[in-house]
Amino acid sequence: MRIDGAHLRVPVRTPETNVFWDAANEESLLYAKCSECTKPHYYPRKVCPFCFSTDVTFVKASGRANIYAFSLFNKGRPPYISAWVMLEEGVAIITNIIDCESDLLKIGTPIKVVFSSVEGGQKIPVFTPRLDENFIK
Amino acid sequence: MSDNTFIVGAYEHPTRLATNKSVTQLHAEVAIGALDDAGLSKDDIDGFFCAGDAPGIGPLSILEYLGLDVSYADSTDIGGSSPIAQVGHAMRAIRDGKCNVALITSAGRPRSEAAAAGDLTELPEYPESGFEVPYRAALAPSYAMCAQRHMYEFGTTSEQLAWIKVASSHHAQHNPNALLPNLVTVEDVLASPLISAPLHRLDCCVISDGGGAVIVARQEIAKSLNRPAIRVRGVGEAVGYTRGSDINLTTSAVKKSAKSAFLEAKVTPQDIKYLSTYDSFTITVLLAIEDLGFCEKGQGGRFVADGNLISGVGRLPVNTDGGGLSSNHPAHRGGITKIIEAVRQLRGEAHPAVQVKSCDLAIANGLGGMLDRRHGAATAILERIS
Repeated sequence: MRIDGAHLRVPVRTPETNVFWDAANEESLLYAKCSECTKPHYYPRKVCPFCFSTDVTFVKASGRANIYAFSLFNKGRPPYISAWVMLEEGVAIITNIIDCESDLLKIGTPIKVVFSSVEGGQKIPVFTPRLDENFIK
Repeated sequence: MSDNTFIVGAYEHPTRLATNKSVTQLHAEVAIGALDDAGLSKDDIDGFFCAGDAPGIGPLSILEYLGLDVSYADSTDIGGSSPIAQVGHAMRAIRDGKCNVALITSAGRPRSEAAAAGDLTELPEYPESGFEVPYRAALAPSYAMCAQRHMYEFGTTSEQLAWIKVASSHHAQHNPNALLPNLVTVEDVLASPLISAPLHRLDCCVISDGGGAVIVARQEIAKSLNRPAIRVRGVGEAVGYTRGSDINLTTSAVKKSAKSAFLEAKVTPQDIKYLSTYDSFTITVLLAIEDLGFCEKGQGGRFVADGNLISGVGRLPVNTDGGGLSSNHPAHRGGITKIIEAVRQLRGEAHPAVQVKSCDLAIANGLGGMLDRRHGAATAILERIS
């Protein structure tokens, strides 16, 4: 099935995640990285869920990733693709894959972040296949 | 006093559509049913357990509605497996002398309310909401992605998953209350529409109204009742999640809850004659069977195929009431029904066509929540004492 565009909902902002959403509006995808144990995590928190350090920084991701798992949800209105994608920095995030032919996606398909706006103007990171990897969109 | 505790009452509401009843009324009706089954009365109850399907803050509203006077109450909610975890909590509360007769209820009416499981609403208090709600990260895709990873990592097939539904339908044909009593084949499952690839409609459980209740009591009380004694031998519980850089969609929290339960019960998977296990989707059963230790990780597909879960046919009879896949998944929470069918099997009160011979040791296992993210698991090992 051809999936065009994103059908996203407005995210809830909190004092903890304002930085993430402000960066998204500048078309940067942030993930969290602990300065003490060095492990990345997502969704981003101000406390490291591996070692409890509060020395966590929100780091800009390259935006390059590969599909870790995905599912075309036919009951969605309209149908959409739920996915876990693995950033090249080694952290998996929940997102949607858009602007693609669902039948051509595989675990491992190279993808890149793109930003889609919701009502009110907030930009939200989603992913789409990377054409530079000879992937037929 | 003995440290042993027993399940002395179990009742599953026969309804699957309760248009004209309130949710709290259903909780009350299953409580009455379980008391009748046990041969106990309202005033015998001094412990009460419920989870998030009970209306009100924790147990407060429902205790008032029922007019129960209890010395112990617990509303731990780890999703659909909560009642199974609460069997363990009740056992420990009884051992500690905090109560003697504990009632556990679970009920709801999602079918009447046409409420879709996992339908996401704005939940500003939840820390993950901002990172899931925008993407409509719903329930079926959550389980579907675990199935996809299992196929990718271990070569599991849709045909193998379909056998789980086929086994459930074999059992459901003998259950007069089953919502879907018709026998289905592997081909039927594969021909049903894809809901969330690779899961088909028949890989998904029913949406049903109803509920159930169980009563846990100390040994002295169990002995005074004219019912087969079902001893609670061990209960474990656990939660699972991912933090992104430790993602693993093919192992569930059951691995941990099962380890804890087996340790306490001092038995092994080889000793188990019957398994009730949470079947929100076929993949839920597959992961649990592996994580309980009935086969190696990755071998679940081969294990469940060719009727191996059908009573009288296979090595491990599973969900002989038809389970959530074919009979009942009340309140989007199947935990209580898992305990009830295990009790029926241990008492020898399952339908004769599905009754497991010499069933002296059984498991009621729960695995609920979002399987790819936050989920809860509970494993109870139950034993018939002759």
